[in-house]
Amino acid sequence: MKQVNQRAWFFLIPALIVMSVNAFIAFMTVINYSFIDKLPGLPSLWLGLENYRGVWQDNIFPSALRRQFIFSFVVLAIQVPLGILVALGMPKRGIGATISLITIGLPLLIPWQVVGIIWRAYTRADLGFVPVILSWFNYSYDTGLNPFDAWVTIVVMDVWHWTPLIALLCYSGLNAIPDAYFQAARIDGASRWKTFWVVTLPRLRSVLTIGILLRFMDSFRIYIEPFMVTGGGPGTATSFLSDTVVREARAFNFGPAAAMSLVYFYIILVISYVFFQVLTNVGTGNEPVQEA
Amino acid sequence: MATVELVNVAHSYDGSKTYAVKDINLSWQDGVASALLGPSGCGKTTLLKIISGLLKPSEGKVLIDGQDVTAQSPRERNVAQVFQFPVVYETLNVYNNLAFPLRNRGVDKAEVDRSVRAVAEMLELTPYLKKRANRLGAAEKQRISMGRGIVRSDTTAVLFDEPLTIIDPQQKWHLRRKLKELHQRLNLTMIYVTHDQHEALTFADQVTVMDAGEALQTASPEELHHQPAAPFVGYFIGSPGMNLFDGKALDGGIQLADTHLPLAPDLAEGNSVQVGNSVQVGIRPEYVQVSRDAHEGWFPATITRTMLTGNALMLELTGENLQLKAIVPEESPLQAGETIYVHFPHDKVLLYSSRQDGGKRLETQVAA
Repeated sequence: MKQVNQRAWFFLIPALIVMSVNAFIAFMTVINYSFIDKLPGLPSLWLGLENYRGVWQDNIFPSALRRQFIFSFVVLAIQVPLGILVALGMPKRGIGATISLITIGLPLLIPWQVVGIIWRAYTRADLGFVPVILSWFNYSYDTGLNPFDAWVTIVVMDVWHWTPLIALLCYSGLNAIPDAYFQAARIDGASRWKTFWVVTLPRLRSVLTIGILLRFMDSFRIYIEPFMVTGGGPGTATSFLSDTVVREARAFNFGPAAAMSLVYFYIILVISYVFFQVLTNVGTGNEPVQEA
Repeated sequence: MATVELVNVAHSYDGSKTYAVKDINLSWQDGVASALLGPSGCGKTTLLKIISGLLKPSEGKVLIDGQDVTAQSPRERNVAQVFQFPVVYETLNVYNNLAFPLRNRGVDKAEVDRSVRAVAEMLELTPYLKKRANRLGAAEKQRISMGRGIVRSDTTAVLFDEPLTIIDPQQKWHLRRKLKELHQRLNLTMIYVTHDQHEALTFADQVTVMDAGEALQTASPEELHHQPAAPFVGYFIGSPGMNLFDGKALDGGIQLADTHLPLAPDLAEGNSVQVGNSVQVGIRPEYVQVSRDAHEGWFPATITRTMLTGNALMLELTGENLQLKAIVPEESPLQAGETIYVHFPHDKVLLYSSRQDGGKRLETQVAA
């Protein structure tokens, strides 16, 4: 038998303590709550899978899940191509590169709540400039009344806030591509579009994998920004999963809320895993090769 | 296949402050196997990019078959280039990699298939055709790069930018032979950039030696060895390179440190060496004569070090305030520490003007 040094475990103790406080204990509490009927001051009642069945019985969670998927799909479908486009347009060196890096990175430095407050201020029916400008075109804009307005506002806000992340990741990815690849494509007579497909995109794969994963997970658990701008309304039109869970918990339905958040958690886990597998294998030769 | 010509080509990357290549006039005949040889940073890659059209020269013209193509894009010139690091399109399989330049030019399907299969056969890539290019080794990838260069029937010239840099030694030999074979078979104009003299001298019929942005000499490998046009060429080619000494022209000879090298009588009338001028004297180590016995006109030197180089013995010598190298047969009994006598045969000594005067070859002979 090979002697294994077990001392490493000792060094993990501080990390394990921190993790048990902020992750493990919290996680276990949620799992515990999901199986009982919990009301403050009353004895808990074991319910088994009752809370989990409840998640799917009324339409609250399923409709929020549907909205969540649509939202994540829409923002990814806009942010990924737009981010690549912005990165392609950024200057590679000189003062222009510095200026564009700072300008484009700026939205990422703003705290999420503040982003919500800023966009709330822009779009409030009584105070914001957006309704004023749209009224010049005879469009009566009101995020509190019109679900479409609320959706567009939140999507635009998210695009403004997070496209820079994709753009910056792609920018660093682009700068890492050796010039010889582009020169070879020029000599082989490739059009700019063809060069993009055959040289640029495959070489951005790893940064795009990270970008898409981050953006998917973040957009899937979006909470504070729509909460600040629309409060999930009008009605439940912009109430996404986390907002739905919070509403449930605020109504002292701890058991159902706990079951919901666990279902929510597993959905993110599974989808992220699938994303990761697909993105790391596409174009690497690990999938079947098409016939020439 | 075509003739390639550079007329007064110069290029500066920093707006005429410094020049990467200076006033180059070179031409390559149709179907020549040629090499550009020089140390790193001498401008050879810049020159290659100017020929392929990736770089527009600051000054001068590029002619292909007599036609001015300076303003044309790489695509219009039909010049192919193989890069230092193998460039393959990683998401495409080998077949589609080879077909890429043809499809970009709208060649019809049957023709693409025929050309790709022919090239794959030539480069021994047929078994890999359906494999992803990025799953192959460096040597196979470099063969794909070469294949993309020669797959077009209208390729005017193929340029190689140190293509064997990252290839294993055994594979290197194989690829070099393959290149030579391709050249003979296709009769393509090939220009091969390298800093490795063995690669250049074995591949090419015509070698251009470059240093500091200037083309010093274009000649056959033999001529470069025996008649280097500049001290740098003599020093850069051969291992070890030519012995070089600074000297001063005197009446009837040259003073080299403490020794005197007699010159041929016609020097007196000759106009290339002026008495009193500084000159450089070069002699290849293999032509330096050594002996344990003293002879008339030979000077004494001490062997400071001996080194076996393949099938010869290299001597490092110090004498008369000169340091030089000599090559003698392997079985020579000479030992380090011995004092021997050295002689420069008159017909093997080469004269150049001094460094300040540009190190030009001087047409004169040292006396017998």
